[in-house]
Amino acid sequence: MLRFFISRLSTFFVTFVGVTLISFAFIRVIPGDPIIVMAGERGMSQERYEELSRQYGFDQPVLTQFWDYLTGVLQGDLGQSFVTKKPVWDEFFALFPATLELSLCAIILAIALGIPAGVIAAVNRGKFFDRALMSSALVGYSMPIFWWALLLIIVFSGNLGWTPVSGRMGLLYYFPTPTGFMLIDSLLSGQSGAFVSAVQHLILPTIVLATIPLAVIARQTRSAMLEVLSEDYIRTARAKGLKPWRINGLHALRNAMIPVITVIGLSVGTLLAGAILTETIFSWPGIGKWMVDSIFRRDYPVVQGGLLLVAVVVMIVNLIVDMLYGLINPRIRTRK
Amino acid sequence: MTLKRLMVSAGIAAMLAGSAAAQQTLVYCSEGSPEGFDPALFTSGTTFDASSHPVYNRLAEFKTGTTEVVPGLAESWEASEDGLEYTFHLRSGVKFHSNDNFTPSRDFNADDVIFSFERQRLEDHPFHSASGGSWEYFQSMSMPDLITSVEKVDDMTVKFVLSRPEAPFIANLAMDFASILSAEYADAMMEAGTPEMLNQAPVGTGPFSFVAYQKDAVIRYAKNPDYWADGLPKVDNLVFAITPDASVRYQKLQAGECHIMPYPNPADIQAMQDDEAVTVAQQEGLNVGYLAYNTTVAPFDNPKVRKALNMAIDKQAIIDVVFQGSGQIAKNPIPPTMWSYNDAVEDDAFDPEAAKEMLEAEGVSDLSMKIWAMPVQRPYNPNARRMAELMQADFGKIGVDVEIVSYEWGEYLERSRAKDRDGAVLLGWTGDNGDPDNFLAVLLGCDAVEASNRAQWCHQPFEDLIQEAKTVTDPAERTRLYEEAQVVFKEQAPWATIAHSVVFMPMRPEVEGYKVHPLGGHIFTDVSLAE
Repeated sequence: MLRFFISRLSTFFVTFVGVTLISFAFIRVIPGDPIIVMAGERGMSQERYEELSRQYGFDQPVLTQFWDYLTGVLQGDLGQSFVTKKPVWDEFFALFPATLELSLCAIILAIALGIPAGVIAAVNRGKFFDRALMSSALVGYSMPIFWWALLLIIVFSGNLGWTPVSGRMGLLYYFPTPTGFMLIDSLLSGQSGAFVSAVQHLILPTIVLATIPLAVIARQTRSAMLEVLSEDYIRTARAKGLKPWRINGLHALRNAMIPVITVIGLSVGTLLAGAILTETIFSWPGIGKWMVDSIFRRDYPVVQGGLLLVAVVVMIVNLIVDMLYGLINPRIRTRK
Repeated sequence: MTLKRLMVSAGIAAMLAGSAAAQQTLVYCSEGSPEGFDPALFTSGTTFDASSHPVYNRLAEFKTGTTEVVPGLAESWEASEDGLEYTFHLRSGVKFHSNDNFTPSRDFNADDVIFSFERQRLEDHPFHSASGGSWEYFQSMSMPDLITSVEKVDDMTVKFVLSRPEAPFIANLAMDFASILSAEYADAMMEAGTPEMLNQAPVGTGPFSFVAYQKDAVIRYAKNPDYWADGLPKVDNLVFAITPDASVRYQKLQAGECHIMPYPNPADIQAMQDDEAVTVAQQEGLNVGYLAYNTTVAPFDNPKVRKALNMAIDKQAIIDVVFQGSGQIAKNPIPPTMWSYNDAVEDDAFDPEAAKEMLEAEGVSDLSMKIWAMPVQRPYNPNARRMAELMQADFGKIGVDVEIVSYEWGEYLERSRAKDRDGAVLLGWTGDNGDPDNFLAVLLGCDAVEASNRAQWCHQPFEDLIQEAKTVTDPAERTRLYEEAQVVFKEQAPWATIAHSVVFMPMRPEVEGYKVHPLGGHIFTDVSLAE
């Protein structure tokens, strides 16, 4: 297990340096000078432009800029936003809990509904439930997120008035947020109704964000289950007269989980991408909106730092997924 | 359902307020997060809405809903004969806000005025680089060259000495970057080693004091009980619910989750006007969208060719298709809400036949040109690509072949500045201080060639008029000069003036006293909520 862990960790490090380089190069390849974008229609004099260039270090050769950035990153310094003048690190940590809370709720919902749905569909292959589920999964998978979100808002918030339109918390509640997780902070605040408000605000964005992973997980579970159910040992188990739930639930599902976990790990990337749209529509104060804004404003430190931190999160999740394989399937952890 | 929820939330509000009489909270669904709370560091309207309007005052103020300049923290002022010295008499008894880290020990005085300007002006001022920022607006309004010194005459009198007579100076002092900060707060924060607090936890003299901000979520303000203008502000709490998506803002307004919202989708305006739960206020914006020819390149150096092209553009079609009704045809380079707007000027008639003949008379045939379409949305041009396509079709009808080009926004701004630029550029301008100089000199003056003068147009008779208007302080005389300048502009046609946007502000019927501000800010000092 230790050898396995070390080999994964070294891959992690190589990827990290690669992402640093790509995020640094990428934003500089896109046309658009941050200083000119900032000045807008108003424009500025040549002297002023040069002064600002110096201030931001753009007068240095690109390689020097990259070296300064890399050494900064390795010392934990991601630089300061050009726009707000605050450290990138501080902004990320102020906003990331909101994204994490939403993503966790979405992935939990997707797993909790997707795996049972996939199992039931596989067991009832070709029957009505199977076909209905697979069609809705296809619809869910191909639906544009912003359209789906607006539709839900209009129906459930607008017409029915069941859920709030957007935001994370009713505006009437005002309390400190030590953890940044609204579900926890609202309980800590002790204000009655705050937790309910937090849950209400979570419902629609969670459904929207969970839609694609839910469809993917359900389809993957179904096909993995179908494959396992046709194995010899399942037939043997049936012949032994085991109860169907023992066969499906224990013998089949456990072996079908490997590809499903892969898919869950991969959906973390999809989730963070989906979070950008979902957060913008639901005015959710997470990192999605922050990163989109930074790209439009050519706020180099935020784009670089944000990409890097998101990449690290995805890499950590993948590392965890790899570890999980090992736990579920001993063959993987002993393979040389 | 909506009504029921409103009652429920009102109930909760009353509960939170305890036994006191119901507190009035105005909720504004704002369009984005401010960059910070020190207005002098930034240039965006979103930031000014959250900082300079609620939290701060200026020596002079724009009367809400107009471009008229009225006394603010200065009760009165006078200019010297030569127009080089302005003396301001400050209002007494004005209190600054307090917060957890600061309680003011004195009222507002001349030191605060001097601090607010000197930190932007003097490079060796301890606060000049303390926020890591640059004083973009102060710079772009040429204030460093203009102001020679800011002097304290006594505690309640300040004198500004200028390097040249500049009639728009008073209007400049009513702009957001000229907001007055507390010198005492700045010193206290510097001593505590946290000068950045000036930008993060603002202290001003304005109608609302800053309470809390959570990025991308909410900003909270409370009524300033000591506000110097009697009876203002009218609500007890002001909350900005940051909601970037326009459709979602509308949904929130309908659901009663906010009282007022800016920037509706043009496509939603008709539905809003039909909606009983929403009222829509409207006014022309202080902006202009235009097509600037490059007047240094043949055949566009010939005013008659430019005039002919202008006559080929079907502006009404542009208003209908591109603005979807939220715009109005522009005939002058300044908008109709601005003083000195010359309504006697006649717009070029839409007449493709006559245009074609004019081109032939000038010996221009088989003309092909480029039209530059901006890649971004602006109030003065919500869809430049579509606008360019309509013009392409219009010019096609008079035998002019058009190629549409576009670049990324930064590139666009940069390349369109070049003197030998190939093609006519779609662009626009939103006014800063309500002074005609801010349009006519900035966009069409000789000094602005190869900069914000995208027509590269330097026409001496026009230049003489706007230069003279800068030095005269008599408003009637300035009006006359600007009116004449607009006539010259129309004859010479360096631009096709396209449109002024119309600003719409949807709000709930219980909102009273909101005025659409021509300078673009969203101001809630006079707003109250009906029971």
